[in-house]
Amino acid sequence: MSSDAHFTDFKSDKQPTWCPGCGDFGTMNGMMKALAETGNRPDETFLVAGIGCSGKIGTYMHSYALHGVHGRALPVGTGVKLANPDLEVMVAGGDGDGYSIGVGHFIHAVRRNVDMTYVVMDNRIYGLTKGQASPTSRKDFETSTSPEGTNVPPVNPKALALSAGGTFIAQSFSSDSQRHTELVKQAIEHDGFGFVNVYSPCVTFNDVDTYDYFRDSIVDVEDIDHDPGSFDQAKDRILDSEKEHIGVLYRDEDSVPYGEREGIEGSMAEIPDGAPDGATDLVREFY
Amino acid sequence: MHEDLNWAIGGEAGDGIDSTGKIFARALSRAGRHVYTSKDFASRIRGGYTAYKVRTAVEQVGSVVDRLDVLIALTERTIDENLDELHEGSVIIYDGEQATMGDVEIPEGMIGLDVPLQRLAEDAGGSIMRNVVALGAACEVTAFPIENLDEALEKRFGDKGRAIVENNRDAARLGREYVRENYDHEFPYDLETTDEDYVLLNGDEAIGMGAIAAGCRFYAGYPITPATDIMEYLTGRIEQFGGAVVQAEDELAAINLALGAARAGARAMTGTSGPGIDLMSETFGLVATTETPLVIANVMRSGPSTGMPTKQGQEDLNAMLYGGHGEIPRFVLAPTSISECFHRTIEAFNLAEKYQLPVYLTADLSLAVTERTYDPGEFDMDDVEIERGKVVDESDVEEWLDEEGRFRAHAATEDGVSPRAFPGTADGAHMTTGLEHDELGRRTEDEDVRVEQVQKRRRKVETAREREDFEPREFGDPDADTLVLTWGSNEGAIREAMAQLESVSVRLLSVPYLFPRPDLTDAVEAAEDVLVVEANATGQFADLVEQDTLQRVQSVTKYTGVRFKADELAEAIRDAVAKTEVPQ
Ligand SMILES: Cc1ncc(C[n+]2csc(CCOP(=O)(O)OP(=O)(O)O)c2C)c(N)n1
Ligand code: SF4
Repeated sequence: MSSDAHFTDFKSDKQPTWCPGCGDFGTMNGMMKALAETGNRPDETFLVAGIGCSGKIGTYMHSYALHGVHGRALPVGTGVKLANPDLEVMVAGGDGDGYSIGVGHFIHAVRRNVDMTYVVMDNRIYGLTKGQASPTSRKDFETSTSPEGTNVPPVNPKALALSAGGTFIAQSFSSDSQRHTELVKQAIEHDGFGFVNVYSPCVTFNDVDTYDYFRDSIVDVEDIDHDPGSFDQAKDRILDSEKEHIGVLYRDEDSVPYGEREGIEGSMAEIPDGAPDGATDLVREFY
Repeated sequence: MHEDLNWAIGGEAGDGIDSTGKIFARALSRAGRHVYTSKDFASRIRGGYTAYKVRTAVEQVGSVVDRLDVLIALTERTIDENLDELHEGSVIIYDGEQATMGDVEIPEGMIGLDVPLQRLAEDAGGSIMRNVVALGAACEVTAFPIENLDEALEKRFGDKGRAIVENNRDAARLGREYVRENYDHEFPYDLETTDEDYVLLNGDEAIGMGAIAAGCRFYAGYPITPATDIMEYLTGRIEQFGGAVVQAEDELAAINLALGAARAGARAMTGTSGPGIDLMSETFGLVATTETPLVIANVMRSGPSTGMPTKQGQEDLNAMLYGGHGEIPRFVLAPTSISECFHRTIEAFNLAEKYQLPVYLTADLSLAVTERTYDPGEFDMDDVEIERGKVVDESDVEEWLDEEGRFRAHAATEDGVSPRAFPGTADGAHMTTGLEHDELGRRTEDEDVRVEQVQKRRRKVETAREREDFEPREFGDPDADTLVLTWGSNEGAIREAMAQLESVSVRLLSVPYLFPRPDLTDAVEAAEDVLVVEANATGQFADLVEQDTLQRVQSVTKYTGVRFKADELAEAIRDAVAKTEVPQ
């Protein structure tokens, strides 16, 4: 395999079964481009996918990959990366996967700051199970399980990440292909946990958070003199419920990834044929 | 005078019972004596009754007995709790100057040694050393050379500085002198020392050591009694071999972390106890269907639910054999002794990788927390063999590509075992999923492919049955009419019971492989009485034996939370034999 992979090398020969127009097409294309443009190759990339329409991404991309159980993609990605720091690890899933069933893992993955990238295809609905409320669904949104409107406010994943000590927090929009690719690239290049929440509209079950809605409401932080190094500015953008900010909202330049803090260096795949050197000392300890 | 000595220290949790017991156990083992320890502990950090018992002999010891010769009682309750094990001539060391111990009544026929533990400890440099004063007194009672304590004190307190070690040595000597000067009783004990060098360790430690020996580099767990010791053992040690321990946010994360590490090619392990395996069971299925090698230690305690977290139980057999939805190939290994914890752990890693499936490695609480002496040769690192199974690299990956150059990660081979390519292997890239999948790892609902993959996963188990030696451990008289079957930690107590039975000869088969398991039909058919001993209420292993052999067996169960004792097992065997012999 040549060292400069093209983004199509990351494509599998399976045709996506996403609904025509689904935001996940754009999200995936940007991820593939970002991986290729940051010099990664499918054989050295590991993609962990969640469960949901979004989680099907593992089938449509080509790399080493695991499509696991609902909500647990982040711990799997963490295990992969720690066991082999040479791999590029990317974790992808939906808002239900990441912020409902998997929200505990999300907070802890942010805290741990393992050097990997987490892309959430946020469509503010459960797609695969056909249109129930998700944790990012807005208050009063009517769905099959909330016919009177969801009676709870949405979670704010970027605020959760910021308060948990996130070191890279970005927001992108799947149909703004170039900007989206660029943001995923920056997340990959970040030394630590690169978190990108992507507005990835569901054209089938969500008629509120549509392409038109996002196009009208999005404000790119590049256009408004935002300093991603400033925690306070990040906080203000993230808590601003009037606007949908995209771009790098927060970046901690001093981030030290978990593996480095723990002194984890090479791949753990290679082991000696017998007990490792020095194992006899373990027995001696019990004298 | 007895061949062996039974000694205990008891008090409230938080009194340093554990560390004091350990110091004495280690001193004995350093002096070339065999040691077997057991703990009674309540599920409280402070204020519950707790005791550490040490049985020691020149010969190997493998169980507890109902007899206490020397008891250090830090509280009055200690005497009450152990009353039925104390006997005429038992020595009770206590501190009569303590307000709570002032009017302690020493039961008739026993010898009370009132030693001002606290005051002497203060003389030596601090009241915290009162337990060590008591150890010194115990040395005098048992004629055990006090110098043997010194090394154990060094090991325990060495990292706290010279002064602390010296003070403790002084404290021990003050205790000894006090007994010498104030009691001229002739104690009937004389703890002989030998030149043997033994190691002293518990089951959790043996599992941890086995894991490192086997090349395990990644461990993820969430604290739970009595499995936490494995994680604590590995922390700080596995790193020296290039590995890492991750304390996960919960068991769901723990098993998924370990799964990720295993997919990346590491030998990986997670460990937990009962409630934790319930949480892991969804991912357990994923591990099996993605054919990921993974070792899961289930250190059993008493259930259901949070049950009795610090008490003995062997109740999770069915959960391990059948837990999880859908049909899941898995192996279940259950070591029967502490040294076996080491060997079966190494085997668990080899089996997991050779057959690419999850392996339960289960110890019960008694096995996990009990310490025992062994000849260090039992843990010979030069004997360790590593078998990684069908791993392919750049040179042979091509054999496993389809016409379009795609890696057949779930190839339906004849033996059921597919090739494994670690990430980073050129041309080996593939996806795997918990959804039913084809040879390439891609989702399918095609009937033929589904059947092929289900059969393939089952075939691995058949292959293992053919290739591996899943034999029981055998003891006693191979031709005896009485057959005892067991699993887990009961082996030691049963062997001791057998030694007590002069009139009945017994054949014991102790089974470390619960799935796949040995065929016991011949053994069961050849016997007149078949007893199955296990620490649960429903006789889960007995049910398996009946299913496998189509014979009725007698189930001997205990579910009090306390381990089996040799005496009660001898009784059970005698009863069973008597019933068969006397026609009704
Ligand atoms: C333990 C478990 N509970 C429930 C499900 C069913 N389920 C599959 S996907 C999904 C929600 C997906 O929503 P989201 O993550 O937002 O992804 P989307 O389909 O919208 O991309 C649920 C509840 C499951 N697979 N596993
Ligand atoms: S249901 Fe929604 S999220 Fe799922 S594929 Fe269709 S458009 Fe996309």
